[in-house]
Order: sequence, then C-alpha cells, then structure tokens
Amino acid sequence: MTAVMDAPRLVTARPLLTAQGLSLNYGDVPALRDVSATVYPGEVLGIVGESGSGKSTFLRCLNLEETPDRGSYTLDLPDVQGNLFDLDRFARRMLCATRIGIVYQNPHLGLLMRHSSSGNVAERLLIAGERRFGVLRHKARGALDASEFPLARMDAPPEELSGGMQQRVQLAKAIALEPALLLLDEPTTGLDVSVQALVLDTLKRLQQDRRITMVIVSHDLGVIRTLADRVMVMRRGEVVEAGLADQVFQDPQHAYTQQLVHAKL
Amino acid sequence: MTCILDVRGLSKGFQMHHLATHMAAFSEISLTLSAGEFLLLKGRNGAGKSTLLRTLYRSYLAQSGQILFHSSHGVIDLARAADVDVTLLRRTEIGFVTQFLSARPRVSAEELVAEPLRQAGRDPAEALEQARHWLAAFGVKRTLWPAYPTTFSGGEQQKVNLARALILPQRLLLLDEPTASLDASARAALIDRLAELKASGTAMIGVFHHPGDVATLIDREIDLTPDAPQEETRTDVVV
Repeated sequence: MTAVMDAPRLVTARPLLTAQGLSLNYGDVPALRDVSATVYPGEVLGIVGESGSGKSTFLRCLNLEETPDRGSYTLDLPDVQGNLFDLDRFARRMLCATRIGIVYQNPHLGLLMRHSSSGNVAERLLIAGERRFGVLRHKARGALDASEFPLARMDAPPEELSGGMQQRVQLAKAIALEPALLLLDEPTTGLDVSVQALVLDTLKRLQQDRRITMVIVSHDLGVIRTLADRVMVMRRGEVVEAGLADQVFQDPQHAYTQQLVHAKL
Repeated sequence: MTCILDVRGLSKGFQMHHLATHMAAFSEISLTLSAGEFLLLKGRNGAGKSTLLRTLYRSYLAQSGQILFHSSHGVIDLARAADVDVTLLRRTEIGFVTQFLSARPRVSAEELVAEPLRQAGRDPAEALEQARHWLAAFGVKRTLWPAYPTTFSGGEQQKVNLARALILPQRLLLLDEPTASLDASARAALIDRLAELKASGTAMIGVFHHPGDVATLIDREIDLTPDAPQEETRTDVVV
C-alpha cells in the first residue's frame, strides 16, 4: 500500500536508526509482524495506531526492553556496532543510559516518585560514571531548565508534582546525557489540554534547537501532526502505511488510515 | 532560461475506500516553468487546481507521471523522491503559500515568522530582525509581534502567514489563493514581495480567485478544465 519511493539522493547522511524485519509473538498472538523503520539524524518519526497495534511494543524494542523473535536494529554511532539485540543486559543498560532517552506515558515507569526531581535526573548521569556532586547538580539543573521545569521546585519529589511537571522531569532525565535518540511513548496522553500544549511546545523547541532525533508514539493524530516529519501507521502489528506526515494525513492511501484520519474531530 | 520545473504526464485521483470509488482529479498534465516565470492555473471549481499544487508539493501522492524539479543539487523527481529529500527541499527550495496560518501554542508571531530563516541556519538575531521587517511590511501592528497568533483575527493571522511563507527566497513557490480576503494594503505588500522574488529568479505557480490581483505578474496561463486548450501565452491582462 505504501508507495515505493526512490532512495535518498540529496540527503547524504546515513540513517541514525535502522530497524529491519522485527517480528515478535506473545504466545500465538503476533505483536509485531515484519516491522521496519529508518530514521535520519534530526528527523522525527511519528507512529500512530489504535491500542494493540504494536506501536508501543515496537518502541520498547527500540529501547532494548524487549527482544523480538526476529529482526535487526542498528544505530549509526561511532562506538556502537552490530545488531543491538545481540548485546547482553549490561551493554544494553549502558547504551540506553548514555545514548537513548525515553519518556513514558506513565511517569511511574520512568521516575522514582519519592526521590527529588533533580536526583531523578542526576541518576542518569551517575550511571554514566559522573561522581562529582557539583557537576551532577549543574547538569541536572541544565536538563530541567531545557525541559522548562520551574527550577525553584527541582528538589521536590515527582509524587508532589502535577502530571505535566512529572513529564518534564522524565524529559529532563531523558535528555540529560544528550542522547542520540529520544523515544516518546504517548508523552502527553492523560494531561489536560492546556498542559498538553505546553509539553508539545517544549518538545518542538528541543527538536528545533538541538536537532534531536525522535520516535514518538501516540494515538493522538494532533500530537503527531505537530511534531513528526514522517508518519508510520500500524495496525495489528503491521505497518500499513508510511510517508511524509502531511501526505499521510491529507492523502491517506490505506483503507485503515483513511478511517483513522476521518475519525479525527 | 533556466528550467525549474518540468512536469510530464502527471495524473492524480483519490481512492475512497469507504465508498469503494475512485475520484479522478486531473490527468496527463504536462507543463514547464523557468526561473522567474509566473504561471497562473485556471479552471472551474473542482478542475483540480489546488490538488495539482498539493501534488507538486507532495502533500498528495501522484498516481503517475513525473515532477522533475531542477534543484540546486540537480534534477529530482518529486513524485518519487525519498521523504527526507522532500523535507530538505521544502526547508530550502520549495515554498507553499496558502491563506491559512498553522499557529502553534506559545510561539509568538515574530518567532513563527523567523523560523524558516533559523531552520536554514541563519543567525537567530538576524532572523528575528528580518521577521520584524516583514511583519511591518505586511501591516501587522507592532504590539502584536511578541504576541501569540492563535488568538489573532483571521486577517492578522493571514498576514503573519504571508510574512513567514515569503521571508526566505525559494527556487519554486506554490501559491494557493494567498490573496483571498486580504485587505488592500496587505495585498499590495504581497504583490510587491512576489514581484521582488520573481525578479530574483523564483519560479511561481499560483491559483487565484481574482487573477486581476496579480495581473502584472502573470507570464502564462494553463486551464485545467477538461477539454480546455492546454496552454496559452498571455498577451493582455485577463481578469
């Protein structure tokens, strides 16, 4: 269904992320069926689809939390080689801590709710080997500031913060080490509309000012429309359509995408 | 003259799955466009004028045919070019001007206008200065420059949109009724800016409800109404 386009000719950079033929079964249920994706440096890839489409499973694979039954995943970084699914647990943890940032829909998955917010961010830096207290504090502060978190509250634990603020702490933690890849799983779902707009705006600024490569999963087409350069539509573990964001939304090719776009208010 | 665009046998239709029908928009369109040339698209409602513009921009996928764009990096077929290549060209060489602003929450008018320059790598301070220049040129009140356009009236939003769309000179400009519902002084500013870009070599294809607005710019016209004569060279002013 997806139109076959030429290989890039003007953009000479190699893709940062290449995932090829990811398949994963939960028992008899296929969660991913032959899913492939390519993301170029600085690009934002949006993944849309309903619950159970496999979009979050795919993101967990990219964060090396899950290993597919088949398929390969590479990141084009100086000291990172081969299929990342072949790495052992220790190497995965190190790679994720230093090169991949993630923001979950549920802050409990990404944060220690009773530790201070600055401590949550500093933990990332500790894993990467930073031990000097002054540096930890300074870098945590910088990351919180970039996420537009009010610094007066940087020592408050996430459990005392609003949902929007908790997402900013997650974001600060995710970008503290200036990752090559930022993964976002429904980062604004469940927030009030006004707070959602603020978080989206923060993400847009980060994308423009730092050119961070992002993969963002959401069932909210508005969120994807605002952030993504390219969109991948998933259904029942498969990619049914992919293309430029405006093209997929304005001229959807697949029956399912047409249904999805027309259902939007 | 330097060729910018060479469209060959371009066709577009829409497959509407829920109706199980196919709706044709236009078929077998061929046209060429040189640097500094202004081509007017004519045709009755539904003839596919806006659809053609969107297909050239790749917001719509072409069904068949070629859209050979002579970019500064060489010739590339926009109907088949990789998404990343299209994104790059949209940022640097191909502009699309509509009458609608897509404002974002918490982004001021001047930041929004400066954005294309910043994305093209210009110094942020210089970009902001130019943004203010164009906001003034299109008649946006100074007090509104640091405000968020989401709350502006339709007319003011349209001016911000034009300032943003035309701030960075492009190789190819697609114009989808940018003059609609624009007040007289903003319209004059728009014509001035288009004339300036045209003189510096920007090739333009446009759809206008009132072609009289841009009469002084038009070099050629194409009528998309089925069975209309394919192409005519304009000799006098058509309104």
